[in-house]
Formats: sequence, C-alpha cells, structure tokens
Amino acid sequence: MEEAAAHKRYVEVLLVEDNPADARLAKEVFRDVNSSVRLHFASDGLIAMAFLKREGIYADAPRPDLILLDLNMPKMDGRAVLARIKEDDDLKIIPTVVLSSSEADADVLISYRLRANCYLRKPAQWDEFDHIIRCINAFWLSKIRLPRQLEVPA
Amino acid sequence: MRRIGEDGMPIEVLLVEDSTGDVRLTQEAFLEENPTVHINVAVDGVEAVAFLQRQGKHADAPRPDLILLDLNLPKMDGREVLALIKEDDSLKLIPTVILTTSDAEADIVKSYQLQANCYLTKPVQLEDFEVLVKSINDFWLKQVKLPQQLQF
Repeated sequence: MEEAAAHKRYVEVLLVEDNPADARLAKEVFRDVNSSVRLHFASDGLIAMAFLKREGIYADAPRPDLILLDLNMPKMDGRAVLARIKEDDDLKIIPTVVLSSSEADADVLISYRLRANCYLRKPAQWDEFDHIIRCINAFWLSKIRLPRQLEVPA
Repeated sequence: MRRIGEDGMPIEVLLVEDSTGDVRLTQEAFLEENPTVHINVAVDGVEAVAFLQRQGKHADAPRPDLILLDLNLPKMDGREVLALIKEDDSLKLIPTVILTTSDAEADIVKSYQLQANCYLTKPVQLEDFEVLVKSINDFWLKQVKLPQQLQF
C-alpha cells in the first residue's frame, strides 16, 4: 500500500507590492479561495530580486510558481524587476503577471515588451480587487499548467 | 490607434489547430461566449507563419490580438511557430496561449522557455472544453489588458 504523500505540494506565489493594504487583501482572498497557495511578499523591487536570487535572508526562499508584480514601487520599480526576471535564464520561465493601477497604454506595452506573461489592471475598489485575485486564482492556479521546477529531494 | 473590441471592431484571434473537430468546437464555444471574437484559422505551422507575416493570400490578414497555438502540427510544429513569434519584434507582443493535448512536463517547460504567455491542456470532454474556452475568453479577452498594436 502506498504511503500517503508526506509533503503537500504548495503553489508558491510571490506578490511584489508596496501597498500593505493591497498585500493584506490579496493574502485574505487567496486564503479564502485556495488553501494550496503559499503567498510570499516583497514590498519593493530590491527585496523581490533578493528573494528570487535567494540572497541573504532569502537563502532558503522557495522558487515561486507565479509572480504577481506591481509596476510603481520604490527602490527598484516593477519594470526593472520584470526586465531582470525575463533576462535571467533561471527565472524567465516563471509566469509573471503584472498587476498595476496604471491604465496607460505605454505601461501595458512596455510590460509586454519586457515579456510579462500578461497585464492586469489593479482596480481601486476593494470588491473589484477581490474579484481580480479570484480570477487570477481561477485561471493561473487552476486552469493553466505552470512549469514545475525540478524538485530537489529533501 | 484601434482599440481592441471597441467601435464594433472584432477581437481577432488566430487559432492554429490541425484538428477540424477542435476548430469547430473552439469557434462555436467562442461564438456563444463572445460574438465580438473573430476566429482566424491556420491548420498547420506554415500557414500560421504566412498569416502572421501577411504573405501570399494572407497579405491582408488582420494582426491577431491573441494567438491560440497547438503544439503538434503538420508541416511546421507549434514549438517552432512559438519560437518564431517570440523572436520577431513585430509579433512577440501578441499574447500566445498554448492550447494542446500534451500535458508532458517537458512540453510545458519548453513552451515557457520559449516565452509562451501561458499553457493550457485541452480537455477530452466536450463540456470541459467549452468551460476552458469560456475561461480563456473571461481571462484573456475581458480581464487582461492586451497590448494595443500600432496599426500601419
């Protein structure tokens, strides 16, 4: 008889977002809709890169299965983070969804030029924001096949 | 600059799919979900490229707003088409969704390496297929901000 899996495979999501209220709401919605999600936070671009490159205190950070990325952030903005992710052979396959309050065509265009997987406008209203997190969950974490990174046996 | 889906302009989708049954299913499902979608069909990789590059009989082809791309295609396989799209400055901005029967990890990883925007496995059951098309429509054609292309 096979042993039940001792290790539950979580879906690791990195949310790069400088607004703590938005981060908190995302955390609540994910907790509500998908118990397999482990949400990690980076409040600016530098922290995001340290997490992704597993530097310093992030040496044991998991590889995210999905990145949600705000554009306008202090220290290193989302465009720079996106460029770095998609230029890195190791990181570029991680689906990266831009989630930004900007509606400017220029921001949408530059995000796709920098190889964002898609661009979503972050709504100002909380109920709409809740809805968009649910849509992200329903599509990216349910329908879509995510690239599974090679698992190193424990 | 044309705005997608406004002023009665259709949303142009390029479906690259060699199975006539799946083509019909997809067309019908989109028609039900979103009549503003216009499905353009290419039945193999070579035709897909000709359409995208506006060659020959495709000289007046519209620029797609979204590409749905099967991997296993005759003449030129979907992986090659994907690589070509994502290396071409004038095509790489078009969101390209892999929609294929394969659920092999190698195909999934390779597609993301080639910068596919996302990867979907085609369900076997009809109702599930319709649900998937609905979710593609809901997400990519309603929620997502697509890049506005400059029209020449």
